[in-house]
Amino acid sequence: MMSTADLAAIRLTLELAAVTTAILLVIGTPVAWWLARTRSAWKGVVGAVVALPLVLPPTVIGFYLLLLMGPHGPVGQLTQALGIGLLPFSFAGLVVGSVFYSLPFVVQPLQQAFEAIGERPLEVAATLRAGALDTFFSVVLPLARPGFVTAAVLGFAHTVGEFGVVLMIGGNIPEKTRVVSVQIYDHVEALEYAQAHWLSAGMVVFSFVVLFLLYSRKRGGVR
Amino acid sequence: MISAIRTVLAATALTLGVTHAFAAEVQVAVAANFTAPMQKIAAEFERDTGHKARLAFGATGKFYAQIRNGAPFEVFLSADDTTPAKLEEEGATVAGSRFTYAIGRLALWSAQAGVVDDKGEVLRRGAFAHLAVANPKTAPYGAAAQEVMHRLGVAEALAAKLVTGENIAQTHQFVASGNAELGFVALSQVWADGRLTGGSAWLVPAGLHAPLRQDAVILAPGRDKPAARALAEYLRGAKATAIIKSYGYGQ
Repeated sequence: MMSTADLAAIRLTLELAAVTTAILLVIGTPVAWWLARTRSAWKGVVGAVVALPLVLPPTVIGFYLLLLMGPHGPVGQLTQALGIGLLPFSFAGLVVGSVFYSLPFVVQPLQQAFEAIGERPLEVAATLRAGALDTFFSVVLPLARPGFVTAAVLGFAHTVGEFGVVLMIGGNIPEKTRVVSVQIYDHVEALEYAQAHWLSAGMVVFSFVVLFLLYSRKRGGVR
Repeated sequence: MISAIRTVLAATALTLGVTHAFAAEVQVAVAANFTAPMQKIAAEFERDTGHKARLAFGATGKFYAQIRNGAPFEVFLSADDTTPAKLEEEGATVAGSRFTYAIGRLALWSAQAGVVDDKGEVLRRGAFAHLAVANPKTAPYGAAAQEVMHRLGVAEALAAKLVTGENIAQTHQFVASGNAELGFVALSQVWADGRLTGGSAWLVPAGLHAPLRQDAVILAPGRDKPAARALAEYLRGAKATAIIKSYGYGQ
């Protein structure tokens, strides 16, 4: 069965995924909106940066974050100057890593949803003298709702499955940075295969259920 | 003249063919702490014997699981003596091929000069935020570090400051990047040609922890491979021994 350490790892993982998803929805929405509407030459650059975590090995992300957020890295010097201290080996550090790691899983569905809305509803709103913010909250948000659901679910699930980034910057501290995937790795290394199975099977079931619900959702919403 | 050339060509072809027949590859799983010396030894081994050693570095526990599940390693250089013994019991090795190739030394190390004193007093003062150790559950160097902290009576006071590396290589990375101010690493990682390569360190007295006996063994897939036998032989030879010692290992 699961030990208290396993349960602590599960709780920590869910917390991390929840915080990461919330942050990603807040910062991902304007980025996705800009990407969906812009004609700027920077669109390709920003789009590529957003998609980088799709192709980069998580260890690469983790390795550079470890250096960037360390005492000699620019981010580390900034956080120290701000009195926050250093981010590696902390929950905050994992959140930063996860936000980058799961970025495309939130931004891309949002961007697609925004693109699917098209020009017409915005023009109609403009003729009715709706301001930009009013248009966004009264027209765009309701129309893009399915996109937000997809973005939130994928962002959350992808963060739950994170391993390489946490391994590199986490330090495997119980109840602080030891998430489920690292706990599984520890079990396997210590030849505790029964415990590894409990957690691993749980991850498989969780991932399947989440994706099943997502993909069997009635299509539509974005017209 | 032409026949002479032909003879030379034939002889050359024959020699090349023969060399090729003898030169082979050997797949080696190497404990992370032995990375640097093994790279050097493998280069010498190739030069001296013509055999090529293909090296994989990692955690001993991970290698154990991989070997049990059919990984094609032919020689295993473990970070401990229990894992090769276990593999031997399970019949996964060539009987009688197990031997100690090095005795590990532990070092308390900081990438910065002047942080670690040469008696380890820094542990008692505790004026640091993070102390990196390898996972004591899976890495022998981590278990040794734990033992040292218990012996010194600082284990409880330091528990909240520990950050755990997956293996000794990652532990070193935590300290080298400065994210952990200091950490317990393998001496071989910070030691070359008889001195510290940088930063400051306390060479932990060997009496403070159980000996870090590191055993090597020829695995079942290496049974009929001359290259595997040659490497095991080479590791015990004078050249390899000198390299191993230069990295601070005992023997």
